[in-house]
Amino acid sequence: MTETDTNASTGWTAAGGDAPAVELEGISKAYPGVVANDDVSLSIRRGEVHCLLGENGAGKSTLMGILAGMVAPDAGSIRVDRRDAAIDSPKRAIELGIGMVYQHTTLVPTLTVLENLMLGASRALRLDATRSKARLAELAGTLGIEVDPDAVVETLALGQQQQIEIVKALWRGSKVLILDEPTSMLTPAGVAELQKVLVRLKEHGLAVVFITHKLYEAISIGDRVSILRQGRLVATLDPETLGSKTHEELQARIVELMFGEEARALGGVAELQDELEGRREGRALPEEPLLELLDVSAPGDGHEGGVHEVSLAVRPGEILGIAGVDGNGQRELAEAVAGQRHLSGGDIRLGGASISRLSVAKRQRLGLRYVTDDRLGEGIVSQLSVALNFVLKRIGQAPFWHRGRIRHAPINETAQDLVERFDVRTPGVAARAGTLSGGNVQKVVLARELSFGPKVVIYNKPTYGLDIRTTRAVRARIHEQAEHGVTAVVISTDLEELLDLCDRIAVLFRGRVTGVVENGPGAERRIGELMVGGFAGEDAQHFPPGEIAPSLHSGGELR
Amino acid sequence: MTETALPSPVGVGEEPAAPPRRRSAAGDTLLRSIGPVAAALVAGAILLVALGRNPLTFYADVLRGGLLDGFWQESVIRMAPLLLIAAGLVVVFKAGIWNLGIDGQLLLAATLAVGLGPGLEKRAPNTVTLVVLFLLAAAVAGVWTLVPALLKARYGLNEIITTLMMTFIGINVANILIKGPFQDFSSNVPQTGVLPFDAMLPTLPGTRIHVGILVALAAILVVWYLMTWTSFGLRLQILGASVRSAKHLGLNVPRLIVVSFAVSGVLMGLAGAAEFLGVWGYIRADQNPAFGLEVVPLVFLARLNALAVVPFVGFFAVLSIGGDLATREAELPNDFILVLVGLILLFMAVTEYLGRTRALGQSYLPAARRRARA
Repeated sequence: MTETDTNASTGWTAAGGDAPAVELEGISKAYPGVVANDDVSLSIRRGEVHCLLGENGAGKSTLMGILAGMVAPDAGSIRVDRRDAAIDSPKRAIELGIGMVYQHTTLVPTLTVLENLMLGASRALRLDATRSKARLAELAGTLGIEVDPDAVVETLALGQQQQIEIVKALWRGSKVLILDEPTSMLTPAGVAELQKVLVRLKEHGLAVVFITHKLYEAISIGDRVSILRQGRLVATLDPETLGSKTHEELQARIVELMFGEEARALGGVAELQDELEGRREGRALPEEPLLELLDVSAPGDGHEGGVHEVSLAVRPGEILGIAGVDGNGQRELAEAVAGQRHLSGGDIRLGGASISRLSVAKRQRLGLRYVTDDRLGEGIVSQLSVALNFVLKRIGQAPFWHRGRIRHAPINETAQDLVERFDVRTPGVAARAGTLSGGNVQKVVLARELSFGPKVVIYNKPTYGLDIRTTRAVRARIHEQAEHGVTAVVISTDLEELLDLCDRIAVLFRGRVTGVVENGPGAERRIGELMVGGFAGEDAQHFPPGEIAPSLHSGGELR
Repeated sequence: MTETALPSPVGVGEEPAAPPRRRSAAGDTLLRSIGPVAAALVAGAILLVALGRNPLTFYADVLRGGLLDGFWQESVIRMAPLLLIAAGLVVVFKAGIWNLGIDGQLLLAATLAVGLGPGLEKRAPNTVTLVVLFLLAAAVAGVWTLVPALLKARYGLNEIITTLMMTFIGINVANILIKGPFQDFSSNVPQTGVLPFDAMLPTLPGTRIHVGILVALAAILVVWYLMTWTSFGLRLQILGASVRSAKHLGLNVPRLIVVSFAVSGVLMGLAGAAEFLGVWGYIRADQNPAFGLEVVPLVFLARLNALAVVPFVGFFAVLSIGGDLATREAELPNDFILVLVGLILLFMAVTEYLGRTRALGQSYLPAARRRARA
């Protein structure tokens, strides 16, 4: 059994002694207008990481939502430990030992870490803080993470919040752990950490389902990889297959499976990198910096430290990357430049003139743009139409407003144009922006920020959570803008992305710039050192993101 | 799991994903807006039966006392302050701000207008007096709302608490004024001097209806236009949708908070002036029409649409005017009308609750209220 056809669901046999912990059979689920799952059969074994690979919208999350009791399937059955199980609620799923870590946080932001963990865990009226603290310390030890039990969740970085989510999922002794796109918020070092954690979980006999749309992740992390396309399970690659082929062969095979006919049009993922690589060569940049940060300090929120004495200079048309582990001041820095956060010291200059006392709107007008990482929360106004979202930073200005009165014709015209130019998939410009998928929301945000004469654009995690296709489009867009002389500051926790895009890469660590590295050979190693505070010794935790992560299945262990 | 609920189209040549199927706009409105009212009337009927009254007679009396025999004029007169309050609430609620200090703002403005009225009336022509008093009332209430507005804009203080507390202060300051500088000692009870009848708001020809209703309808139209067509309305809507978005988009959030608060305050002041210069001509100590919290549910039933507020206010005006007669006939306390208002609120809450699990149309709350427009 090398590859299993979807419909041959009866062909599932437990290989050797590893009995399936969970078996899904013939699962179907349709939403109005779309079939999310179409007769999907899957078996998840103990002591294995089962990767569920597919593009956004392929039905991965729905399938796992069904397993976690969040979504009721239209058809199909689920067996847990060989017994039929009707998982009709999240509570039932937890009772059956199925724990889920969602892509988006489900923690109560205003409570502390400990309170959040006790919230779901205890039936008793009186909360046992001492025992909970001990349990937290134990799990944190197992996961190899540091957690302040009394930190208020909303003050933690997204990456830290996710770690709490994992702890929460394991809190009640789960046997099956489902991770929905867990690496989208992690740095390469964090991914390596997560891999270690997964190895330990496997050793404890847990079955892990790892949902991802990143190909190399599935290959390097998964013992078994199932590929979903448009709601259908197109193939499952078993450990033998994964072990017997090279990464290149696997990659080619999986790209074909994921995208089907489109595979040729899309080209390999590697091809994209070459393409970007090629474009970066031989650009002469003016010497005079366009955006300058001089000893910029800004306060952080709550437990986050803010930024301290950051000095950077970016030349016209240059792409400067800001690398760093999530929560080291990236958001504060971006907001300080955009004008959403007051400076506690230093100065920001645009074209030689200080802008640090100007409002967000005035900086906008000067051509400074900010593509926020919080697309849904602050990037768009979800109940307004797509068309209006395009012009939200130009409220009251001609030609969209005339003497304070809105003019729908020019707005719709511009919107139609932007929808085409930025390839936004929407039923129409009058559709509510909140009904679009994440990738299309990002395109709307990009279209708004990049139109009307941008000079400097701050991108905060521009491809976070996006599928390969959209990621590619976004990166190409950033590049295209740079070609036209638009300066870009790309903040990303995805080092691979920065190495693909940037001319230079600065590293943020605890709110300070610990170094600026010219992109080129050896840059990733140097950046890796700087990301953990400049100590080469900690480099061991970090694998070079340009390469495929050390394989788990071939050697069975991570060194 | 946004991914599953909102699938992104996968194929290049594919049609974009169909939006989730939804009820027609009319069905939506019917369910959300008329539903709770109808349910409240039915529940009220059951209560009446339990109290040994005939609900049909009662509701017939409401209609008779609120619509027929010229009583419709009373209902229209009552609509004037209610519409002005509703207009003011639409402005703040759209912006996601809870100005619940309506009664304090209204009463303080009315007290100053009525208290200064008799003195001013002797020195200036009536029209000038009325215009000055209206502007004064508007200014007083507008300035009064600056306190909670600035506290919210500057320190992020919860305006629900500050406005409710300011109501107590406002009502008591009004009482101090009525029992102090404005007291007319020729009367047995503490009250202000009485404005002569011809110095009060003129009536529409051939009716008892004072021109306050015209002011109110104008205010409704202005607010509707502001909210639907202007950049100011859109800014308020964004603020109401997400403060974070507002900041990101470069809106001046503190200024928007203060301005929307002030606009609503001005309308509350006008409501007070219309009621007391149009109907009463004087104000007694401890007199409080307490319109404020009655209008709040109506504004939500109208889904923060200024034009849609008009029929709801009309309905409520008939209910409260006709209710006077009906409760008297049925020998029930006048507060029975408030029971009906309470039932409407209860059924709105039920609809809102069910709406989360079933498709019962959109939320009453501002953030999810407005359909995409462009």
